[in-house]
Amino acid sequence: MSARWRTGSPGQLLLAAALASFLFLFLILPVATVVYVAFTEKGTGAFTLVNFADFARTDLFVRSFWNSLYVSAMTVVIASAFALPLAYLTTRFEFRGAVLVQTLGFLPLVMPPFVGAVAMQLLFGRNGSLNLVLDDLFGFKIGIMEGLNGVILLQAIHYFPFILVNLSTSLRSIDRSMEEAGQNLGAHGLRLFRRIALPLAMPGYIAGASLVFVKVFDDLATPLLLNVKEMLAPQAYLRITSIGLADPMGYVISVVLIAVSVLTMWLAARSMKGRDYATAQRGGGGLAKRTLGPREAAIAYAIVILILLIVLAPHVGLLMLSFATVWSFSPLPDGYTLAHYTRVLGESSIYIKNTLLYATLAGLIDVVVGGIIAYLVLRTRVPGRQVLDWAATAALAVPGVVVGIGYLRTFYDVKLPDGSSLASAWIVIVLAVAIRRLPYALRSAYAALQQISIALEEAAENLGATKTRTVRRIVIPLMTGGLLAGFVTSFATASVELSAVLMLVQTNADAPLAYGLYVFMQTPAGRGAGAALGVIAVLIVAIGTWLSQRAVDRSQRAHGLDL
Amino acid sequence: MTPTERPAAPVDVRIEGVELAYGTTRVLKGIDLEIRPGEFFAFLGPSGCGKTTLLRLIAGFAEADRGSVRIGGTDVSGRPPWKRDVGLVFQSYALWPHLTVAANVAFGLEERRVPRPEIERRVQAALELVGLAHLAGRRPSQLSGGQQQRVAVARTIVVEPKVLLLDEPLSNLDAKMRVSVRRELHALQRRLGLTTIFVTHDQEEANSICDRIAVMEAGSIRQVGTPMELYERPANLFVAGFLGAANILDGTVASGAFTLAGGARIPLAAGAVPPPGAKLMFRPQHASLAADAPIAGTIVHREFLGATVRYALRVGESDVVVDVPFQSGGDLHDVGAHVGIALPPERALYLAD
Repeated sequence: MSARWRTGSPGQLLLAAALASFLFLFLILPVATVVYVAFTEKGTGAFTLVNFADFARTDLFVRSFWNSLYVSAMTVVIASAFALPLAYLTTRFEFRGAVLVQTLGFLPLVMPPFVGAVAMQLLFGRNGSLNLVLDDLFGFKIGIMEGLNGVILLQAIHYFPFILVNLSTSLRSIDRSMEEAGQNLGAHGLRLFRRIALPLAMPGYIAGASLVFVKVFDDLATPLLLNVKEMLAPQAYLRITSIGLADPMGYVISVVLIAVSVLTMWLAARSMKGRDYATAQRGGGGLAKRTLGPREAAIAYAIVILILLIVLAPHVGLLMLSFATVWSFSPLPDGYTLAHYTRVLGESSIYIKNTLLYATLAGLIDVVVGGIIAYLVLRTRVPGRQVLDWAATAALAVPGVVVGIGYLRTFYDVKLPDGSSLASAWIVIVLAVAIRRLPYALRSAYAALQQISIALEEAAENLGATKTRTVRRIVIPLMTGGLLAGFVTSFATASVELSAVLMLVQTNADAPLAYGLYVFMQTPAGRGAGAALGVIAVLIVAIGTWLSQRAVDRSQRAHGLDL
Repeated sequence: MTPTERPAAPVDVRIEGVELAYGTTRVLKGIDLEIRPGEFFAFLGPSGCGKTTLLRLIAGFAEADRGSVRIGGTDVSGRPPWKRDVGLVFQSYALWPHLTVAANVAFGLEERRVPRPEIERRVQAALELVGLAHLAGRRPSQLSGGQQQRVAVARTIVVEPKVLLLDEPLSNLDAKMRVSVRRELHALQRRLGLTTIFVTHDQEEANSICDRIAVMEAGSIRQVGTPMELYERPANLFVAGFLGAANILDGTVASGAFTLAGGARIPLAAGAVPPPGAKLMFRPQHASLAADAPIAGTIVHREFLGATVRYALRVGESDVVVDVPFQSGGDLHDVGAHVGIALPPERALYLAD
């Protein structure tokens, strides 16, 4: 009996094939090229481990490797120190400050760590505001922004919300009776939290912490802006840009970066296996909250405000720097001016235009590709649909610097009709950024589609609508909120992507804002303008995030609660 | 006369040799059925019996491994859902939350490229038919459960399907609404004269509104008949137990009588031929209690229900329930009393599994 429309119509197969080629060309092939080069002999193409032996013999690389590991691990520790008290306070107590944490606590995500790097040095560096004041009053300085410390602090400030969100969600989903049983048996207070709630929330913590570890390990832009070169990602970048595409070390480092990312995610997944404790559905959900006494409240506020001050420092510093005339060897700027904004909005407005164009295109690519993959996986039986999902998700484990190197190597010899190389075309920047954001867009597409009951589509088919018509009239309208949220998330984060972009920008005319910021920040004279660009970037991301939140809220309201 | 109310010539549905397996699980094990034109037909059975799968197979959302489905003489096997012209009212109603009530109802007509003025006329008529014309501009989330259900019905019948399929349409309503909605559904079906198939696990629902019922169990049809036939002449123990209360006793057939495990002999009625492995089945109200009756039992429980008195008895290893009409002034048997159960031979049915 023929039922071909059930195993995938020609149209669906065509879509799947198109997406497969897209993912192959712009994700699998570049990454495979990087791996291939790392494992082969230059010229002959014979398999060799010589490159890895060279890596292991070079002190600089080994030092960089341990530095990267140390920075990632310490970032997780410091970020946990920020996130744990905030999660504990907001989930366990009726506490006004919770609102503060919820709104301000997520602000760091709006600004990538590299954007605030220079501002943080001006505030906390050797000759920054804090140390100048300390030196003046007590005659000593503290080195919180020295070398690796600076990277750790900046990364922790940026990434702690990942841990906070995952941990809070897990804590909130613990069934009240779990804790009540503990209380009934004599445990209370912090001890109860440590012995019952925290272990139950462990999967959430591990999910957040492993993500932070991987992100920090792969990050190129932040160490580069702090002038920390002895880490893996900067080394890869420097080898490729200073020695050239033919040097194998950049590829070897890339393989190490990928291996550590994959290993970390695998270990995290393995340690969480069978420990999915989500228990909320069974009883009265959420932990019991109690109100704080006046002294407790004072301590709680002190903790929250201290953490928020640290966390908001890069934003404040960046804002001050963007308005400062001269800010050097003094706690505060000498004077204030709008000149930096007029400069970046005038002569450097090309950066902003490029960013808006690239981020829009990248967001569109992500939403279309993510939406189609989600549909193929969840609603059709097209053969190989699961492979598309895996491939798109695998992009999570590919560091930006690897995408950059892979694109350069793979597309360098592809000539465009005008004789120039494909690797130098601006569209390649868009594709690199889009591929990096695809896993996130795919998740929001999945979430949006999963919310739609299949019966809603079957009802349309039952009333005479074909699959295509059903998608157009029912699926897409109902997914709009989720797709829009996915678009804006991709757009916002794409507009501040630097790691992959650093490699691929060939001329200033093609450069996006993040690249311009990097260039400006290289010279003391450019810092003000760089900061102004940073503020604009933060505004773009903030507005985008706010819009996406609104889009989701609105579509949920419009559809009522019976989705 | 609006198009929705024009009685179209009803069609029949024939299901022939349908088999379906998901992996190694056989969901439908050879289904043969004939549903007559204009009939209100029920698929009745416990959850997991395959009744919803069979309904989805008629609508085209599942495909049989073997066998065929004919609607009005046309084999629709292998046809996608949108070419079947079969109206399905979903258990969850499946109203589209982003469309108004009117737009929900108009959807099927738009897909059929019906001209706009006619769409408006027919949507209006369909909503009037279910008494919801005043809510045309609302969103589904603003309606009560009963109203949503009526919108779902209107959305389905407005396209004048050849067959109407109802998937547990009453299960999401509260007990009070259920009775009134099922009467409405029955009246609507009679008015439209539409061949209708109703899936339910509730025998009372099926009995109260359906012309005929197919009782299903574990992917097979155990019996097809009118509600009365199924109650009075169940073909097997499953049907007897599923429709109404049934007492079932083990025993053996020998020389014109059924001998219970405890030794009591019940003469077979004239012409009764018990199938191999048969057990005795009778309804609680068909037996009576008397001191000298052949089946000896002990009363373990007594419930006074007003019109009747219900006795629970222990007969050998089995439990038996007997309903006795209550007469004022009459004596009741006490718990612990040893009594006999009298059963007219024509009320004794001998059924196998």
